[in-house]
Amino acid sequence: MTVFVRLRQPSRVIEVRGGRTARAVLMDLELVAEAHLVICNGALVPADTYLAETDEIEIRPVISGG
Amino acid sequence: MSKCRSCGEPAVIDLARHNANFCAEHFLQLCRRQLRKAIDEFEMFDENDRILVAVSGGKDSLALWDMLIDEGFRADGLYIGLGIGDYSDASGVVTRAFAEQRGLTLHEVDLREAHGIDVPTAAYRSGRAPCSACGLTKRHLFDAVASEYGYDVLATGHNLDDEAAVLFGNTLRWDVEYLRRQAPVLPSRDGFGKKVKPLVRLTEREMAAWCILRGIDYIVEECPMAIGNRHLGYKTALNAIEETSPGSKASFYLGFLERMRPVIEQAVAHDPAVPCPSCGSPTGRSGEICAFCRLVASTSESEPVPVRMLLGKQARNVFDAQWGTSNDR
Ligand code: SF4
Ligand SMILES: [Zn+2]
Ligand SMILES: [Zn+2]
Repeated sequence: MTVFVRLRQPSRVIEVRGGRTARAVLMDLELVAEAHLVICNGALVPADTYLAETDEIEIRPVISGG
Repeated sequence: MSKCRSCGEPAVIDLARHNANFCAEHFLQLCRRQLRKAIDEFEMFDENDRILVAVSGGKDSLALWDMLIDEGFRADGLYIGLGIGDYSDASGVVTRAFAEQRGLTLHEVDLREAHGIDVPTAAYRSGRAPCSACGLTKRHLFDAVASEYGYDVLATGHNLDDEAAVLFGNTLRWDVEYLRRQAPVLPSRDGFGKKVKPLVRLTEREMAAWCILRGIDYIVEECPMAIGNRHLGYKTALNAIEETSPGSKASFYLGFLERMRPVIEQAVAHDPAVPCPSCGSPTGRSGEICAFCRLVASTSESEPVPVRMLLGKQARNVFDAQWGTSNDR
């Protein structure tokens, strides 16, 4: 099962294995939890949320350099 | 699924530094409390003060403006068009929409219209780093607009991550003068207005979450000049520490304010500022025009420089993927 995940900077969509938590996906992508938020179907969710195939996921970086 | 620490309803966010999860309502409440605590603890302003919020279209400044209005403060916005290509255009659109939807007053200064320069051109022609030219320009215009319209205080969206990263850099260099000046409140002196940072007790991640939960549309993509810069490197390092010891950023920065700053506060004397002979703004150099006027004088006559020309290889790749490769950007 795969889920599509939108990443930013630059904005793009990648495919990852689903059926696991957002935290596991973050770790897989080597993304630090403290520097990201997970948005599932337009709503903010905690990192222990399970990602299903039909979900629209965005992993949004929150760190800015300005 | 994780539950809110306060009410047991499904959580929307995990906050490692509080070792807890929160629902939307209780997360927003926690943010409001941290905001209030900073405002009161550092005596930033009260309900009678007129506040000018420097807004960029990013999450922090829009969240700050929203929070201040939400808490009943009298806050207007100031947006500066820095001329950083498509990024500036997009951030201006977002900022104007935010103000319009809420019926708020937004002042705008377009750098090119008002002073004949933009950040990429001024940086390129003066040999300054883009963020240095930009920072000096913003500080100058914030002060000028706040004083022109008689605001009591200028508020910026600097959050805990920003302040911890700056502290980290100042400490790495043991820059005592910068350390002494690093405070959440700068009282007015020598013609400079009072400046405050009400978000110093809140993290970047919390401010992004605030925007999402409050339905605030902010510009998510980074300013192209920031890609891979040193400030970002410090933040990444601090977040790596935060991952293994949650709460480190807060104890590093808030501990500095509480225990270290009082020790060094008296250590360095400052020279009083005098008015710039050209624009009248206060400056440290007696008899000379201020740094902003110098920047304008030395670069406003020159051909505009596109953003891409200022980027290194890595930043250019990110920039091209985000905004396209056209050379006039
Ligand atoms: S990243 Fe640098 S150039 Fe871009 S807005 Fe921030 S200070 Fe200005
Ligand atoms: Zn709750
Ligand atoms: Zn001047």
